[in-house]
Amino acid sequence: MLTINEIQDEIIEEFSVYDEWLDKYEYLIELGNSLDIIDEGQKTPDNIIQGCQSRVWLDAKMDSDGTLNFKADSDAIITKGIIALLIRVFNHQKPQDIIDAQLYFIDEIGLSANLSPTRANGLLAMIKQIRYYALAFNALNK
Amino acid sequence: MDIQQIRNDFPILGQKIYGHPLVYLDNAATTQKPQCVLDSIMKFYTLYNSNIHRGVHYLSEKATEIYENARLKVKEFINAKSRTEIVFTKGSTEAINTLASSFSQRFINSGDELIISEMEHHSNIVPWQLNAQNKGAVIKVLPFNDRGELLIEKLESLITDKTKIVCVTYASNTLGTVNDVEKIIKIAHSHNIPVLVDAAQAIQHLKIDVQKLDCDFLALSGHKIYAETGIGILYGKEKFLEELPPYQGGGDMIKNVSFAKTTYAELPLKFEAGTSNFVGAGSLHTALDYVDKLGLENIAAHEAELLNYATQKVEALGGITIYGKAANKVSVLSFNIDGAHHYDTGMILDKLGIAVRTGTHCTEPIMQHFGITGTVRASFALYNTFEEVDALVDGIKRAKKMLVG
Repeated sequence: MLTINEIQDEIIEEFSVYDEWLDKYEYLIELGNSLDIIDEGQKTPDNIIQGCQSRVWLDAKMDSDGTLNFKADSDAIITKGIIALLIRVFNHQKPQDIIDAQLYFIDEIGLSANLSPTRANGLLAMIKQIRYYALAFNALNK
Repeated sequence: MDIQQIRNDFPILGQKIYGHPLVYLDNAATTQKPQCVLDSIMKFYTLYNSNIHRGVHYLSEKATEIYENARLKVKEFINAKSRTEIVFTKGSTEAINTLASSFSQRFINSGDELIISEMEHHSNIVPWQLNAQNKGAVIKVLPFNDRGELLIEKLESLITDKTKIVCVTYASNTLGTVNDVEKIIKIAHSHNIPVLVDAAQAIQHLKIDVQKLDCDFLALSGHKIYAETGIGILYGKEKFLEELPPYQGGGDMIKNVSFAKTTYAELPLKFEAGTSNFVGAGSLHTALDYVDKLGLENIAAHEAELLNYATQKVEALGGITIYGKAANKVSVLSFNIDGAHHYDTGMILDKLGIAVRTGTHCTEPIMQHFGITGTVRASFALYNTFEEVDALVDGIKRAKKMLVG
């Protein structure tokens, strides 16, 4: 299993081939379309992260090996592509590793504007929510 | 009107964004500033900066003169009866908040009713809600049809002897609809009910004559008509403004202060607490002069051509839904690519150098009407060109291909 930073570096490497913005977006759309999305039944008000631009749903559970398993969705496809990357980074990681993680790949691949609080696309709140889940599962484990 | 020459007046438009020429189509959010407005701001700070009113010295007198001349310019621009009817605010939102607070204090009691149209910007809903809640008053909604036209014929049936005010936008920031406010005002006045007109999206497109309209209150923002941000106007008929209590307390709005009793300044200063944005007021004066020089009717004619051209071209693409098909519109085109999210469309257009707005445009009731979460909005101003519309249409085509195939 790769570490969080190894996955981040892998993503940075993948994006380094794109010079054009719209090529990056094409790739994100592709990732968004292949995201293993949250079950419709799990798209509950509890799991929604309401942005004024786009909405994000997130659910988490702990697998038997003590790692976390996130599922998510968004109504906007580029947002969904970024979610796919976040999930790739955080899925199957231990709660403590998620809590300790420094997220740098989004900045490196030039998508940091998408995490601005004023964008209100739900992504920033989603990252916060991922950390809350990690904290909660960590506390449960102790 | 020579658009190319006009574009030279707006230095920001010459930029490249992500390697593409900037196509600025977010004018309903804010307009760009001509060089003369930029110069007026620089000139003020370089030569006249000083706090206005009651200053005994030369610079203060000069600054006061600029501020008060700006008030006169606004008075002429909207044809108010008197300068005392022109209150400077920081924008239309503050103008409406001022009115909502003062009007409610004076005129609204428990069980009273306010009528607000379904197509209002949040800034013409929430201030009234806040005050209505405080007073135990009720808000009634004047609906619009699926073309985005207000059902004015329903107004009469909404009015009761409890109705205290009608609040309506002149032009919708989301749908572009120009409402027949004159008719609304006539109906309301036949029941002795005053009307607030939100002119934030009208002032830059339509000639407004408050005496002819006979509106009781009007709100507008300077930054939507090529002036600086942070300056706006609350117009009110003198008989109402005289009767309303002040909104905020502070400097400039008082006559005498003691702990026992404070008396308030004469109109319009009663509503201008604290140091006003006098630089913004000066910039508004310059901006209105600029608009006058070009002629609002020439500007409107150019914008109407742009809107027609854009609407036809976007419709011709197919697979696009346009929101707002009123017969009379300002230059606002709201749409969605069928099957695509507005945010995705906006993000792709952005990377092509095209600035549009996406989301609810602070009009969630309009979104609820159509059962959507948002739209893409392109809004045109005097400096936009047909080539820019072509760039928009190509961008939409590209986004459509990427998002829905």
